[in-house]
Amino acid sequence: MDMTFTSPSLWPAMPEIFLLASVCAILVIDLFLPPRWRHLTYGLSLMALLVTAAMVLRLGQGLEEPQVTFSGMFVLDRLAVVLKSAALLVTGAVLLYGRDYLRERQLDQGEFYLLTLFSALGMMVLISAGHFITLYLGLELMSLSLYALVAFNREQSASSEAAMKYFVLGAIASGMLLYGMSILYGVTGSLEIETVASRIMEQPVGSLPLLLGMTFVVAAVAFKLGAVPFHNWLPDVYQGANTPVTLLVGSAPKLAAFAMVMRLLAQGMEGLAGDWRDLLMVMAVLSLALGSVVAIAQTNVKRLLAYSTIGHIGFLLLGVLAANPMGYAAALFYVLIYVLMALGAFGVLILLSQRGMEAETLDDLKGLNARSPWLAAVMALFMFSMAGVPPTAGFYAKLLVLDAVVDQGMGTLAIVAVLFAVISAFYYLRVVWQLYFEAPINGSAVVASADLRWLLIANGGLVLLLGILPDQLIRACLSAF
Amino acid sequence: MITLSHYLMLSGVLFVLSVAGIFINRKNVILLLMCIELMLLAVNMNFVAFSRFSGDLAGQVFVFFILTVAAAEAAIGLAILVILFRGKGSINVEDLDVMKG
Repeated sequence: MDMTFTSPSLWPAMPEIFLLASVCAILVIDLFLPPRWRHLTYGLSLMALLVTAAMVLRLGQGLEEPQVTFSGMFVLDRLAVVLKSAALLVTGAVLLYGRDYLRERQLDQGEFYLLTLFSALGMMVLISAGHFITLYLGLELMSLSLYALVAFNREQSASSEAAMKYFVLGAIASGMLLYGMSILYGVTGSLEIETVASRIMEQPVGSLPLLLGMTFVVAAVAFKLGAVPFHNWLPDVYQGANTPVTLLVGSAPKLAAFAMVMRLLAQGMEGLAGDWRDLLMVMAVLSLALGSVVAIAQTNVKRLLAYSTIGHIGFLLLGVLAANPMGYAAALFYVLIYVLMALGAFGVLILLSQRGMEAETLDDLKGLNARSPWLAAVMALFMFSMAGVPPTAGFYAKLLVLDAVVDQGMGTLAIVAVLFAVISAFYYLRVVWQLYFEAPINGSAVVASADLRWLLIANGGLVLLLGILPDQLIRACLSAF
Repeated sequence: MITLSHYLMLSGVLFVLSVAGIFINRKNVILLLMCIELMLLAVNMNFVAFSRFSGDLAGQVFVFFILTVAAAEAAIGLAILVILFRGKGSINVEDLDVMKG
């Protein structure tokens, strides 16, 4: 046996190492802080996320070939750079959006920030995974932190109920993922994603154990994304968790889940693309249908946005099942734009939840224009973008995905997707109607601190800007594959 | 002679039992947590069997990681269970019905 050991190059993993070191430092600092210094934990956490994002972007500059380190366990490629920097910035925005909400309810304890940072670290490891072990560890670090965050408000029994449902279904998904991985390991004899991919190519077409393993992995991935029929947890978790936690669960982890799809399906099981695309097609159509029809019946905005998420996941899967670089780039563009829109829509809900009052139902949005015109305008912009109305970014996202699908000769599928998009436009526009043409139930003015207001306006501006000038981002997405 | 397929069948049976346990059980949340543990152990059996019969150690290394994560998972699950019981005074699966629709 070869007993030599060469120390791996740490450079590509520097952002992760830095984030881990800062989380540990913040953990200790927070322990010794008196309560009135609590905002220091918040500031340090935000700073750690921003510095890590800057490091990721610096590493990504001029990155041509993927850098592989830790014996193939860790991969730094352009896809990882795009997704990691986006996930970190989005997590930072979540902390900013949630700050006042948490402070008002005395929930701004150090644990909230630490768990958020740990889940961001998990996302980074998952996004850069080149091996089943790193993929699993990243996924679990992210998910376990999120379970705890959903249960964070101990006074509310809806929170703990949502956390329990999330936990049990998440654990089943992990179990299925591992079972699928174990079968793939048995067939290919390797846990390294690249080796698994090349050995799958050597296998005969239609090998039964491979198909079994693939089915388990696809089911687990679908759960993490929230695609039908593995979507049951999503509405309950969105509704039960505190709005800042919902904001976190609904945004950055979707980027990590997309990375999981790319690493496992597009890279690891490239040779089985003809088989998994059929499964994805069924799930995409079901997600589009359920996301657009069931959302119409919702009166709770968080639940409505949960069903809208399911519909968006359907669109994302359409891009993936085109199974070519163009389709993957379209899906990447879609998930980035979706995260921006979700961030803004939940951000508005957070701003409206003041002084012990939660803005959760559609009634709370009624007549928002009379209370705060700029907030109503921003919310309407996000709704138009989610519906896919030009010139917002949501329009381009849908267009690129449909283009990729039509390019693969699946015109019928594209028509079905457009039909469901039209149905879902109904409930988005109904929200806009309520913002502008209904009388407010609660007439009080909306108070928001200046930085939150600027963040929300910047968020909305970005959704509009990327709809008018999407070229730069589209090029970045295309170069990732 | 015990062959690879015996191990695979055993782990398959354990896996199916744990999934069935999760979906059939309508009484107690603790049983759900036990089923989840059983599921991970079934997977471990698979990994160890494949590793042993192919002579590749990586599978057994993975098992150590799964065991460690399973411990963390159980800790989080039980912690959620405790606050669930405090809030509702019950750990009956059927009582998890505040949110619907």
